[in-house]
Amino acid sequence: MTTLRTGDALVLLAGAGFVIGLTMFAWGGERGDTAVIRAAGQVVKTTALTHAQTYSVDGPLGATRIEIEPGRARVAADPSPRQLCVKQGWLTQSGQAALCLPNQVSLEIRGRTAAYDTLGY
Amino acid sequence: MLIDPKRRAACERPAHARRSCARQDGSFRINIELPVTADDRRIARLAALAIGLTLAEAAIPSPVPGVKPGLANIVILLVLLQYGWRAAAWVSALRVLAGGLLLGSLFAPGFWLSAAGALVSLAVLALARHLPGRYFGPVSLSVLAAFGHIGGQLALAGWWLLPGAALLKLLPVFAAAALVFGAVNGVVVARLLARPAPSARQSATCIPPSIP
Repeated sequence: MTTLRTGDALVLLAGAGFVIGLTMFAWGGERGDTAVIRAAGQVVKTTALTHAQTYSVDGPLGATRIEIEPGRARVAADPSPRQLCVKQGWLTQSGQAALCLPNQVSLEIRGRTAAYDTLGY
Repeated sequence: MLIDPKRRAACERPAHARRSCARQDGSFRINIELPVTADDRRIARLAALAIGLTLAEAAIPSPVPGVKPGLANIVILLVLLQYGWRAAAWVSALRVLAGGLLLGSLFAPGFWLSAAGALVSLAVLALARHLPGRYFGPVSLSVLAAFGHIGGQLALAGWWLLPGAALLKLLPVFAAAALVFGAVNGVVVARLLARPAPSARQSATCIPPSIP
């Protein structure tokens, strides 16, 4: 009579798999595949997250540098005083966005389905 | 006042042998006895144990309401494995009811959640106990019952208390807690069952698996 039998191990494994699946279902968002860059509310660039590239977008304060890599994008440098959009780091999920407000530049990630109908900033 | 002599004579018999009798002064005494079997006493004793664990557990702080070790399920599982599903259902029902009374949550939302969890858990156990015992031990039963428990609670909560997507984000937390606590409780049950049977004197006092 052992504490853990063959079937018990199977049940535990199945349970762990169930929990992991549930976690991915409930917490994992959809990965984005497109980056949308806006300046002063106008879309200046829409690009696929397929290969590494860098963009420089001009705003009232200066140039915001946006870096794109396969599957992710970030604001690499920005003249805004608090650097909030830079500190957000890499964006990967559909619906994520980094706003550099004083400079009026935004970077948004989109997937196949939009996470929100509209966002008001 | 006329009293049937047969009725008067009934009063002379010992208490357990008389149903009702008429006294000399004409007062009428009714003696209702509910027969208590050894099974009833055992269920009551085990239910008291489960209720005690429920109360002790209520004192443990929890970061998320609903995430609890479910210690009473140790008792339920032991009862199931030793005395069958019927006894386990009785102990579980008594625990939910008396636990609600003692914690002051009788018929409050928390009580219904507890009842729904216990119900689904018992239903799962009714099926799972037919798994081949050679491969599936108490740990399997405990984990499945824990999932049933949280599943029943969340189903009721999602349908009645918090309709909407709010619960969805908490599902992984509850499921992970069910897996961990279910496994731990199952190991406890397996260990308790694997112990050598204690002496008859001990069995009358407080040791869960050997309560007669």
